[in-house]
Amino acid sequence: MRIFNFSQPLNFMRLKWAAVGLSTLLVLGSFASIAIKGINWGLDFTGGTVIEVGFATPADLTAVRQTLTDAGYGDAVVQLFGTSRDVLIRIPLRTDVEQAAVGDSVISALNTQQSEPVTMRRVEFVGPSVGQELKEDGGLAMLIALIGILLYVTMRFEWRLSVGAVASLAHDVILTMGLFSLLQLEFDLTVLAAILALIGYSINDTIVVFDRIRESFRKLRATSVDETINDAITSTLNRTVITSATTMMVLVVLFYMGGALIHGFATALLFGIAIGTYSSIYVASAIAEILGISREDMLPPPPVEKEGENTDAIM
Amino acid sequence: MLNQNPLWRYIVVIGMLLLALVYALPNLYPEDPALNISATRGGTVAEETRLQLEQSFRAANIAAKSVVLEEGQVLARFHSTEDQLQAREIASQQLGANFVTALNLAPATPDWLSAIGATPMNLGLDLRGGVHFLMAVDMKAALDKNLNDMVQTFRADLREDKIRYRNVQADVARGQVQVSFRSEEDVAAAEAALKKRDRELVFTRSSDNLSLLVSISEIRLREIREYALEQNITIIRNRVNEIGVAEPLVQRQGADRIVVQLPGVQDTAQAKEILGATASLEFRLVDEQGDLSAALEGRVPPNSELYYTRDGRPLLLEKRIMLTGEHITGASSAFDEYSRPQVSIKLDAKGGNMLSAATRDAIGRRMASVFIEYKPGTEIGADGNPVLIKQQEVINDATIQARLGRDFRITGISSPGEAQNLSTLLRAGALIAPIQIIEERTIGPSLGKENIELGVTAIQWGMVCVLIFMVIYYKAFGLVANCALVANLVLIVGIMSMIPGATLTLPGMAGIVLTVGMAVDANVLIFERIREELQEGRSVQQAIHHGYDRAFSTIADSNITTLLVALILFGIGTGPVKGFAVTLAIGILTSIFTAVVGTRLLVNLFWGGRRVQSLPI
Repeated sequence: MRIFNFSQPLNFMRLKWAAVGLSTLLVLGSFASIAIKGINWGLDFTGGTVIEVGFATPADLTAVRQTLTDAGYGDAVVQLFGTSRDVLIRIPLRTDVEQAAVGDSVISALNTQQSEPVTMRRVEFVGPSVGQELKEDGGLAMLIALIGILLYVTMRFEWRLSVGAVASLAHDVILTMGLFSLLQLEFDLTVLAAILALIGYSINDTIVVFDRIRESFRKLRATSVDETINDAITSTLNRTVITSATTMMVLVVLFYMGGALIHGFATALLFGIAIGTYSSIYVASAIAEILGISREDMLPPPPVEKEGENTDAIM
Repeated sequence: MLNQNPLWRYIVVIGMLLLALVYALPNLYPEDPALNISATRGGTVAEETRLQLEQSFRAANIAAKSVVLEEGQVLARFHSTEDQLQAREIASQQLGANFVTALNLAPATPDWLSAIGATPMNLGLDLRGGVHFLMAVDMKAALDKNLNDMVQTFRADLREDKIRYRNVQADVARGQVQVSFRSEEDVAAAEAALKKRDRELVFTRSSDNLSLLVSISEIRLREIREYALEQNITIIRNRVNEIGVAEPLVQRQGADRIVVQLPGVQDTAQAKEILGATASLEFRLVDEQGDLSAALEGRVPPNSELYYTRDGRPLLLEKRIMLTGEHITGASSAFDEYSRPQVSIKLDAKGGNMLSAATRDAIGRRMASVFIEYKPGTEIGADGNPVLIKQQEVINDATIQARLGRDFRITGISSPGEAQNLSTLLRAGALIAPIQIIEERTIGPSLGKENIELGVTAIQWGMVCVLIFMVIYYKAFGLVANCALVANLVLIVGIMSMIPGATLTLPGMAGIVLTVGMAVDANVLIFERIREELQEGRSVQQAIHHGYDRAFSTIADSNITTLLVALILFGIGTGPVKGFAVTLAIGILTSIFTAVVGTRLLVNLFWGGRRVQSLPI
């Protein structure tokens, strides 16, 4: 069984300007959304208190809100979390009470005011300085990851491919953040981990295509750059689609079965991998092509791989 | 002939898999609800304690799985949580305040597995429930206190050296002390005198040449910060032991942070109270005239109070306090010239004066150090938490040999360990830098259990989906890839259990799910290559050989970049994210091994080196 079986390479590069145009639009759109709507930073980054409590019967959110207002937490955001019996309470940072004590006082207020006691499932408090640091560290991590990849790909391949790869990664990250901003999904520490994992996954995809481009350049001497890239993308298309498919499969499982805490993580990766599959086909190669990559750039060959039929396989 | 397996390859692959399997095994055994009973400071848990507990459990009709004494602690395992809770009540009633009884989940690893060091994976707090605190040490307070101490010291020193000064004051904002004088000669004399006493001071003069600006060297600043952090860590360690947690973690993080993790603790209010409580220290004279036996019967002399030493010896102490712990700036254990253990204590200038005045007429008498701390008792207060009891004990009493000043020593200590212990307690009573909780995460036990279940189901179903897909798409080769995938999971779990520092968290489980999806990538690359080679008309054997060979550089390149990202994630991430990075990195390495080496073994075994016309791919 095969998904794709082409006798001729598909002409991917015919659409390169359309792809670049579309991606530019999407990136600009994401920036606009981030600028206008902002990002719904989670507790990890803003600081504050999040309390998850469990009720024995479906929770009455109005009553919970009333209890909290009476206890002096009128600014609390109360919502259901995962099931109708789980309630998530968010309380922003305040200066008038001792932050670290908010969780305990809310739980005791709920326990005394409600007709039935609640069970504490989770209390998280993050101080203001910690949140700011996490934001900075997260940004730094993304930057270091991108620079590391830029250097590695330049070393192993060529600078034009390297720029293409990093541009496509930045594209994936920006679009995923744009989606989170547009839908106002909560951006917490697990989403940050997902975006970093996405960088790792997407570069994997891109490298596979690049490896094939390098090989095709050496194999197909008489063809144009466009045709060579088309050939490389076509012959890796099956692999690209299958790997994306198995990965998306497990992510769908994770989304539906992994529980509410993992939702953001699964969402970011699902969307990011869909985008990443497109960008490693189109954005990375198209940018390298537009930057003027040529056969000569790929020719000074790195150590020739052993082709000897009679030698033992490396593995 | 192409594609044949040398024997060593079987040995390596099967050996590694078996090793991983054995180390992964302990994760399959459920955990026993258990009690950990340990003695508080100074005390020991002996065989009698164990016997006594065993008998009282039997008397109360609680069937204990086992009650054993190991590493100075009694570990009692039970069949159910109810038994465990009931047994805790009994144990804490019977043993009293000198023992700590902690609830625990003890892994039920069979002996033959524990014998080779195989233990289950460490679970993060998000999977086992518990509380995580991140605390920041207030370094500014420590430095400010140091500046104020300097002011007092300078005043005393200058007076002693008969150098006239106008004013000595601390400039907290700039982190320096300003000493002003009337004449330039005095400035020069003061600089020389102060420098002689403390070489770590840095002097500059003000523009009018009539004041000295004194700051401390970078090295000393770093020392003060380190000291404040270490001191806090020591104190927190001691207190955490009081709370009764089975496997607590107290660790420094960065320059001024402390991470405290208390698995299984639900009552954060109580934990915070204990961690935040201040210990203090008092020096008092021993009342040797008072009648000790009368005091024991309740007739305590009016100017004295009855105290007990750590080994339970009663002692009458004067009510008047000579000195409190806040004046201690340092305490360290060392050896004297006859290599006997001793503790050297440093006081600030004010403390030095106070002690000097108090000991002037007390040479030959005995001085006791009293350590005061709050710990939870057995009584339950109105808020449902144990009432904190003020606990005072005499940690040392020694004869005053001479008039004491800013530096003095306590000698006649029985062992180096005792000296170490005493200096730790002295420092604990002299906490110079307060701490503040800046992050707190509490996970209830039900949520932790749920998270494990969710993670395991997600891994199972994700796995099932991928396995089915691979068989449909690649037929027999799909089965080979599936073997690799299962082996990959065993390797990940085995390696995670082998590495002592690796902790499984919820994002870490998500990382395993992701690895399951991504791990087939290497096989997809190889199989697609083999198909291409076949299409180009190569023979079956050549297609297999070239397929693996050519795909390898691609697999290596693409995975090295992913590994790079995982390492960066590990470097900057904290807690759960670090757990994710660990599983991701391990997953990448194991998936390369199983997908390239492992499947090659099977492919060679089934199709390699024989006359096959076509491949079931």
